[in-house]
Amino acid sequence: MALTYEHIKQRLVEKFGEQVKGFEEPYGMLTFEAPKELNLKVLQFLYDDAELQFRFLTDLQAVHYPDDTGRELAVVYHLHNLTENIRLRFKVFTEISRPDVFSAATLYASANWMERETYDFFGVNFVGHPNLKRILNVDEMDYFPMRKEFPLEDQSRIDKDDEMFGRGGSIV
Amino acid sequence: MARPVQYNIYGKTDVKLVKEGPEGYMGEAFMATTLEQVVGLARKNSLWPLPFATSCCGIEFMATMGAHYDLARFGAERVGFSPRQCDLLMVMGTIAKKMGPVVKQVYLQMAEPRWVLAMGACASSGGIFDTYSVLQGIDQIIPVDVYIPGCPPRPEAVLDGFMRIQDLVGKETLRRRNSDKYKQLMDSYGIQ
Repeated sequence: MALTYEHIKQRLVEKFGEQVKGFEEPYGMLTFEAPKELNLKVLQFLYDDAELQFRFLTDLQAVHYPDDTGRELAVVYHLHNLTENIRLRFKVFTEISRPDVFSAATLYASANWMERETYDFFGVNFVGHPNLKRILNVDEMDYFPMRKEFPLEDQSRIDKDDEMFGRGGSIV
Repeated sequence: MARPVQYNIYGKTDVKLVKEGPEGYMGEAFMATTLEQVVGLARKNSLWPLPFATSCCGIEFMATMGAHYDLARFGAERVGFSPRQCDLLMVMGTIAKKMGPVVKQVYLQMAEPRWVLAMGACASSGGIFDTYSVLQGIDQIIPVDVYIPGCPPRPEAVLDGFMRIQDLVGKETLRRRNSDKYKQLMDSYGIQ
């Protein structure tokens, strides 16, 4: 019997009850969220269970929602079941003032660098990570570039024509 | 069949394929000229480039080194990947801020006389990548002699840039590297 999203949802609700919520299927991929204290438990359950073998962590990223106070940073895990070819998205929300999330690096080896990248760009502090430091940006950088308040452009240029960038100028 | 090409066109057209050589006093079986010109001639026709190829411009450089647009015709047959052995640093491609100290280190390891060629828009000015992570032009960290614009520049443009470097090399005075102006330039980059 092939694994279906209904079945996965049922197993998750059986195990975790009301704590897993927000089940939806954007673009055909089941997405759910859980409180951040449970993230390792959920991941471990999805890994160990003989039926739901989600053993491949495809992606680990974060999203910054500046307007959702209390839930600004969402850490998103993309999981894949290789035997049944089923993908799953698991989100964990945390507030921006204390962005601590438990690290999945002991469970998935690929999470190591992906968590470093998420820390580098969003500032999510992964508790229990063996080597949490900047990976793609310059080590001396003191801000987290992908957060919405920081500009994309390099601020040291003085020769830019604002008109061409749609800011001010005569073409508004 | 392609149109027939005639190579020996001396005397038949005004175009000279090769410049005649440095000015000097010619006599029977000897020529007297200045040392600068001879050294310049020797250096410019045997520049050993160091291709610091980072991204797409590197591929374009590979095409320039290929048989169709041959860079070896200009003396750059032997490209070296060790800065200790090369005189021309060709920076080709986007240099991120994290890569900046590496480029500087490679430049510092080169022996005088050394020239730098910035190929492509990214090396000249950051190109289309105006972001927090890309160095907006390598001239923020090392002095550049020739810039080749383009994204990526066509091989003909690369050859043109290379020929301009050759002009610079051929005309350089032997005292330039010890002059005050050069020292000031190096100080402005923080290079001893």
